[in-house]
Amino acid sequence: MKEAFAALLAGVLFGVGLAVSGMLIPDKVLNFLDIAGHWDPSLALVMGGALMVTTPGFYFVTRSKKPVFAASFSLPTAKDIDAKLLLGASLFGLGWGLSGLCPAPALVNIVTGFSDVLAFVAAMIAGMLLHRAIHKA
Amino acid sequence: METTFTPVASLLGGMLIGLAALLLLWLNGKIAGISGIVGTAITDISAASGWRWCFIAGLLIGGGVALYQIVGVTEIQLRASLPLLIVAGLLVGYGTRLGSGCTSGHGVCGIGRLSGRSMVATCTFMAVAFVTVFVQRHVLGG
Repeated sequence: MKEAFAALLAGVLFGVGLAVSGMLIPDKVLNFLDIAGHWDPSLALVMGGALMVTTPGFYFVTRSKKPVFAASFSLPTAKDIDAKLLLGASLFGLGWGLSGLCPAPALVNIVTGFSDVLAFVAAMIAGMLLHRAIHKA
Repeated sequence: METTFTPVASLLGGMLIGLAALLLLWLNGKIAGISGIVGTAITDISAASGWRWCFIAGLLIGGGVALYQIVGVTEIQLRASLPLLIVAGLLVGYGTRLGSGCTSGHGVCGIGRLSGRSMVATCTFMAVAFVTVFVQRHVLGG
């Protein structure tokens, strides 16, 4: 129950942060990616601001024996830079550049009810399920 | 459409995102990677995935209210055609799962953990996105 509440709270904060940062707005994301046009560097400050908190914060938190509410930390263990990582990141970058939407803002933008946003999110979820179907078989 | 540089709001919003990721790791021991959370939640509806659904609910509630209160719904406009958006959605969904993360999991959490994989992934998706926008706006012209 405490874990559920903590996750809910983290989700709320994350969502508010996205809105405050301007990153729900696809035009701001695309204009960050458009250095040759009317460049809007805002996204760099969003990442910078987040890393200012996570980098020192994660350093100290992961040095404790266990998280406050859970039995252990669930951290990624993979270390190798393989073809899957590079191909996956490239496909994501292509989709992100075409739309201006990455997964978190796309999800939040569902609340607008706009049909093109809903179509994007449905396709995104289909892509995730496709990956599951291919790589689980 | 042109947008204005919003250094203070973007830095502050970024810090809130970082704080959310820090809380999730500190309290629950979990990484706030949105593609991983969503991708796992939709295929695992067991109790072990309960926290994922709670996080997604919080994201929609917090982000949704803030979208209407702070951003304004008219700001949310997609420029690509519907077929292109569907292709882009498929690429984002498939690519983030194949590459084990997106802007949050690799960019905010992974780099925060000083993960080499996440640094390479972030540089890769950023570079491809920069090239994509350049080609679309300045080579193809629109």
